[in-house]
Amino acid sequence: MSPAALAEILVSALIVIGGSFALIGSWGLVRLPSLMERLHGPTKASTLGLGAILGASVLWFHLTQGVWTTHELLVSVFLFLTAPISANMIAKVHLHRLRQREPSEPPGPAGAPAAPPGGADWANHEAPHEGTPGDFVGD
Amino acid sequence: MIESALAFGFAALGLALAMNLWRLVRGPGASDRILALDTMVINVIGLIVLTGIASGSGAAFEAALLLAMVGFVGTVAYAKFLLRGDIIE
Repeated sequence: MSPAALAEILVSALIVIGGSFALIGSWGLVRLPSLMERLHGPTKASTLGLGAILGASVLWFHLTQGVWTTHELLVSVFLFLTAPISANMIAKVHLHRLRQREPSEPPGPAGAPAAPPGGADWANHEAPHEGTPGDFVGD
Repeated sequence: MIESALAFGFAALGLALAMNLWRLVRGPGASDRILALDTMVINVIGLIVLTGIASGSGAAFEAALLLAMVGFVGTVAYAKFLLRGDIIE
């Protein structure tokens, strides 16, 4: 078997793996019972699924055009950097809204979120408390 | 072989987008809708990359990179607005 045929098999396998991970992540988004669990599925889809698809793209362009492209690596590095940040923001929105009103679903396997110390909320419309990272002194 | 793998990938990502759309319509909370939109952006990036492989042109990656950036900024803007009542303070 020639190296080109082997590389084509590898590219096809990576595309199938990536598509399957994206599908499974979205299936988890539909099926899982609470938001904290639902956050779990799509983050795997974005790292493993898109990582496999972008790797397939790098290999495919090396195979067909003989060049190593770095655009895909740029996309995957950017996604790997931003996926935890957006998941953290969504979890904060969830905690904030849970403390604002009655929850419409079960709280999940970890139970209801604990209250932060000092009577504060996880996120609110007040000015940052003293000593917290958002508290700029003498702005 | 690469054609059938691409067909499978397009079908899987299309089905994933339909599931995200269901979650976007169903809710129940605003955070679920933000998460569904974020996942839709991820899946559309995958579709764009697959289109780039299928057409053999490198022009798709600029689109994928732009969508990754705009999607992240959009998610953070939605979350910031719900958390703080303002986007840029």
